[in-house]
Amino acid sequence: MKLDLKQHLKDMISAAGPSGYEDPIREIIRAAWQPLADEVRVNNLGSLVAIRRGEGAEPRPSVMIAAHMDAIGLMVTGIDEGFLRFTQIGGVDPRILPGQMVTVHGTNADVPRELPGMVVMPPAGLLPKDGKSGPLPQKYLLVDTGLLPDEVKQFVRVGDVISFATEPMELAGDCVSGHTLDNRASVAAVTVALEMLSRRKHLWDVMAVATSQEEVGGIGAMVDAVAIKPDFAIVIDVTFAKAPGGAGIGNFELGKVTPVTWGSCNHPALHSAMLATAEEYEISIAKDFAPTGSGTDAWDIQVAEAGVPVVELGIPLRYMHTPVEVVSLKDVRRAGRLMAEFIAGLSLDFMKTVIWE
Amino acid sequence: MAKTDISTKFNPLLGETELDLLSKLCNSVSVSGDEQEVRAIVLEELHEFAAVTKVDAMGNVLVRREGTGTDRVRVMIAAHMDEVGFMIVNDEGDGIFEFRVIGGVDPRQLVGKPVSIGREHIPGVIGAKAIHLTTPEERQQVLKVDQLRIDIGTGSGGKVKVGDRGTFATKLVVLGPSIRSKALDDRLGVFNLIQLVKHAPENVDLLAAFTVQEELGLRGARTAAFAFDPEIGIAMDSTPANDLPHYDGLENTSPNTRLGNGPAIYVMDRGTIGDQRLIRWLVASAEADAIPWQFRQPGLGGTDAGEIHKTRAGVPSVSVSVPQRYLHSAAGLIRIEDELNTLKLIHTALTRLDRTILNPQEKM
Repeated sequence: MKLDLKQHLKDMISAAGPSGYEDPIREIIRAAWQPLADEVRVNNLGSLVAIRRGEGAEPRPSVMIAAHMDAIGLMVTGIDEGFLRFTQIGGVDPRILPGQMVTVHGTNADVPRELPGMVVMPPAGLLPKDGKSGPLPQKYLLVDTGLLPDEVKQFVRVGDVISFATEPMELAGDCVSGHTLDNRASVAAVTVALEMLSRRKHLWDVMAVATSQEEVGGIGAMVDAVAIKPDFAIVIDVTFAKAPGGAGIGNFELGKVTPVTWGSCNHPALHSAMLATAEEYEISIAKDFAPTGSGTDAWDIQVAEAGVPVVELGIPLRYMHTPVEVVSLKDVRRAGRLMAEFIAGLSLDFMKTVIWE
Repeated sequence: MAKTDISTKFNPLLGETELDLLSKLCNSVSVSGDEQEVRAIVLEELHEFAAVTKVDAMGNVLVRREGTGTDRVRVMIAAHMDEVGFMIVNDEGDGIFEFRVIGGVDPRQLVGKPVSIGREHIPGVIGAKAIHLTTPEERQQVLKVDQLRIDIGTGSGGKVKVGDRGTFATKLVVLGPSIRSKALDDRLGVFNLIQLVKHAPENVDLLAAFTVQEELGLRGARTAAFAFDPEIGIAMDSTPANDLPHYDGLENTSPNTRLGNGPAIYVMDRGTIGDQRLIRWLVASAEADAIPWQFRQPGLGGTDAGEIHKTRAGVPSVSVSVPQRYLHSAAGLIRIEDELNTLKLIHTALTRLDRTILNPQEKM
């Protein structure tokens, strides 16, 4: 099976999956990973684990690859004349919300109903004085489903989840835009790695995990690391690319490099090993400096049980946490390849090299 | 050769054919000053229906559909082809472009939106700085147009040029009793005017003006009205339905119009005091056919009637709009029944139109 990476990624960013409600995206990832794995299971808090057994003698060491699959989203807090009031799941700048297309996952009727909707900004006359020109606080925004008030009440109740519904767009230069490329782009890179490893010899067991609830604090990864007990973990998440309006420290160009995190949430020996692999295979990387933490699953995996050594990769992304995030497929492919080469190169006694000076 | 299915009975529907046409109109990129895409659709739809069709110096499409009765009133009906959007003004390289807004778009509606640029609908996005990189103080500031950029992807040299126009990339969808789309202001009017030309009542000379540059100040309507020299003017447009709940639960006393309450007849806006004879005529026509209708709350805003009624020696004029929520944003929302009732109202009113409406004393 040849992986159609662009289609795989577009399928994933067409699916809902706000933190705690990852069912739709989990099934898409399961379909992609199942043929590449010996075993697939779902962990207690909803993460998907695909296991590829290595060729080494038992007991084999194992590496966890973690990429979170959950998305930021919204949740219904009230219904007012058929309009929905809402709160956030994860961090959303309310300034990006007016005019966004969403899906309301209504659970009030016997059969759940997905309702297309749009976040709307009420007219100035219905807002407090500063509503005319200032940024509107989220509490004043509404979701309009186009349905009549009675229909809305029939299908929707307080607590229902609202996901972003921006359609995927193919941009120039192998770029894709849409919602939740944070972090489906990284999940796609894991798929690339699994696909490459399916054609390669590897001694280690590979535990690919699409983690849940990262956007609310690394919850899935925290318990997955305990459930899996890997010898070490590779975490992959998106990082800030150079973009109009501001970039992070790295200022990474799209389509050029795979950032490798350097900070407190990576083991220096693993970091060096990853850099060595990149050099050996002429894979273009750059250090992504995270002076405190990188704000990813790495933070929680690292302190699971008695501690797990972590190395972290990134995929440069523009406009993080907006529904028009942009990534380059080149970066997805390169990150997948780097992970595959790294894992394929692991000797059974590799952990003896993961030591402090 | 004009088709001759001139009719007095017309029961508008929004079937598959009609919805396809409306989708095609709404999904077009036709920003003020470059209305070519909608103009082409109008010309294609009407070339076999109208005896005389021309494109004037401004780019208006002027269609003259003459009736067969005696003493026919010359009625100009205007619907504007243009929509709000933007123009690319600076190429910053690597797929990043600066832009300026065309027409009244609240900058708060631009952030985080997919857009479509130029005749080839090149896809792009208007991004925003990641929330992680903003300060609480920054988040208290509206992102202004000159801080925003359009991004069409890397290595995209030449696909988009400075001077190209574009707009939101939203596609029309039906949501239960509603339609959600960009540019319903005023593609609904364009759609309705196409239907009226196709089903024109025989007792009038229908002077259909598909106008340009309405959003920049009713500029197309001015030359169209001069050329047509009509006896009566009607603008078919879309008007805000601000029928949302008040933030603190107070009564909403200024909805302007409400969805579901029928076509909105204008008594007065910033540009026009509606001709009271025509208002009476429209209301009487609606009542006679049991078509729901509402008065738009008198106030701001304007339509092509603002220019039409001041043309030459003066043209009694009125406006009728389909009420719409969220005009000039990524998508507006209308009720399908309001749209169909608007078309029904104008058609039935035209079948009742004779010159005595303007000279009521002659009826005595």
